Amino acid sequence: MSEPLIRVEGLTKDYVMGSNVVPALRGVTLDIAAGEFVAVMGPSGSGKSTFMNLLGCLDHPSAGSYWFGGQEVSALSGDELAAVRNRKLGFVFQHFNLLARTSALDNVALPLLYGNVPASERYPRAERRLSQIGLADRIDHHPAQLSGGQQQRVAIARALVNDPQLVLADEPTGALDSRTSVEIMALLQQLNREGITIVLVTHEHDIANFAGRIISFRDGKVVEDRANEAKDAAAAL
Amino acid sequence: MNFAATLRIALLALRINKLRSALTMLGIIIGVAAVIVMIAVGNGAQARVEDQIRSLGSNIIMVLSGSMTSGGARGGSGSQPTITEDDAYALNREIDEIQAAAPSLRGSGQVVLGNTNWSTVFYGTSPEYLLVRDWPVIEGRGFEQAEINGAGKVALIGQTVALNLFGETNPVDQVVRINKVPLTIIGVLDRKGQNMMGQDQDDIVLMPISTARKRVLGSSRFAAGRNVGSIMVKVKDGADMAAAEARMRELLRQRHRLQTGQDDDFYVRNLSEILQAQEASSKVMSLLLAAVASVSLLVGGIGIMNIMLVSVTERTREIGLRMAVGARARDILTQFLVEAVTLSLIGGAIGILLGVGGAMAIAELANWRTELSGSSIVLAAGFAGAIGIFFGYYPARKASRLLPIEALRYE
Repeated sequence: MSEPLIRVEGLTKDYVMGSNVVPALRGVTLDIAAGEFVAVMGPSGSGKSTFMNLLGCLDHPSAGSYWFGGQEVSALSGDELAAVRNRKLGFVFQHFNLLARTSALDNVALPLLYGNVPASERYPRAERRLSQIGLADRIDHHPAQLSGGQQQRVAIARALVNDPQLVLADEPTGALDSRTSVEIMALLQQLNREGITIVLVTHEHDIANFAGRIISFRDGKVVEDRANEAKDAAAAL
Repeated sequence: MNFAATLRIALLALRINKLRSALTMLGIIIGVAAVIVMIAVGNGAQARVEDQIRSLGSNIIMVLSGSMTSGGARGGSGSQPTITEDDAYALNREIDEIQAAAPSLRGSGQVVLGNTNWSTVFYGTSPEYLLVRDWPVIEGRGFEQAEINGAGKVALIGQTVALNLFGETNPVDQVVRINKVPLTIIGVLDRKGQNMMGQDQDDIVLMPISTARKRVLGSSRFAAGRNVGSIMVKVKDGADMAAAEARMRELLRQRHRLQTGQDDDFYVRNLSEILQAQEASSKVMSLLLAAVASVSLLVGGIGIMNIMLVSVTERTREIGLRMAVGARARDILTQFLVEAVTLSLIGGAIGILLGVGGAMAIAELANWRTELSGSSIVLAAGFAGAIGIFFGYYPARKASRLLPIEALRYE
């Protein structure tokens, strides 16, 4: 059996708030194979966002281990985690988090800047990703000149520009209307079919239904982990 | 991440908040301009004093004849001719610290050339006089020893005398008469300007001391013997003035056969001392001016820190995003530091232009002497950069220490 892309064992995260220790994640163990499309569900406070942040190397676990592509990342330093994020991960956020007054092209090229990719290579790569998601004619537009759906697609292009092994999407449709949401899901499904592993956090069943596996969290623990017959978003449009 | 990209990001961030960046820079602009102008004004004042010292000649000590006491009434300085030409030659010969000592006999009279004339002072002296006063002959030649020994009928004239008697024509080899004695002009002295009392130092005729004594002064009491009115002494560069003065005193007392306890029959005046005191006070003033100006530069730096802190807070989410896509702590640190340094260096550059312009305007409008120095400009620019680093470091470090997850969630 091949090595899973992600393996977490007993992953635990406590937040210290004053004198209280609030457990956010209480020992999560699971594998995610390369090429999966996983939806992580749960009510707020269930620990799904904490789980996501740990998968994204944005935070250190309080206990437990996390292997990404066979490498134990829970033991890495801040700079080493930055390097993992830069080379192997892509992020899509609910509020897009694009740099204001910065062109779509520069936004997409940003991860390459921190990856020390020379400018001569950076911009062609960013441009290729933008055309791939159908925004070739918008490369000079600033975020304020784009619709919500277009902004999220720029953000997806940015997540893809470094050819990541895993794309983490945190409520990517949370700020979009339902039709645009389905468009974005269709785009993610298409990318998944091209071989990119996707982990999506959502609290909407309709959105989770587009994924091939649904993991439900409650009170910091996995309460359900099941395969799902993914609905085709492109067909739903 | 390379430097060009960092600089580009910094410039973009500054451009986004144009007015704020401009106002922040203003503090540095004013500070740098103030430092440059104040240093220029201070240097100008100092240079004026230095010029006066230079026109007097440096390291000068004057020896004057002492006072005569007769019947309980003490005469003023010079009332009794006590020092002699030979004192001057002895000083020259016997004291190592002395570079040159020149005796001088002073007189005044009418200089006549054909049908024009001019009233001036003349000095009978030795060739050392020009050396002591750092006074070059710009046309013709100086005295020769034979002319000193033989009371040669020759004279050197200052610029003012030359202008008043000869106008544009060359005075060299012309003959003038002073107190009916014909003297051939052998040279013209360089321009010296005013001394610190405002007297015209170029209104002067120099002649060999023997000529003055035997031919020109005539019946003056100085004409008898070998007495002189004063001896001007130049101490060697780097020699201890106080020590030289003490040795001169000792030698002269010995030569004048003064007993221990007896008063000196001569005066020793260190002229440079007065000017050096002036120079010191103008140095203190320019230091003070620069210090006050530096305070405004410091305030400008605090302005930068303030704005950078605001900027870090405002851009917390941006910092979080940059970290999420792979920026390391030091990339963020560099980015904000470069931003602060860019602010202060652009402000510094504008401040330098304004400061140079301001110094020129002050020289032009207020008619003050200002002296721009390259080192003060380099200093101000360096200081501005240092202030950017110093005051930019804390906010930049604060930004780089944010946790990516908290920065991303910041509302």
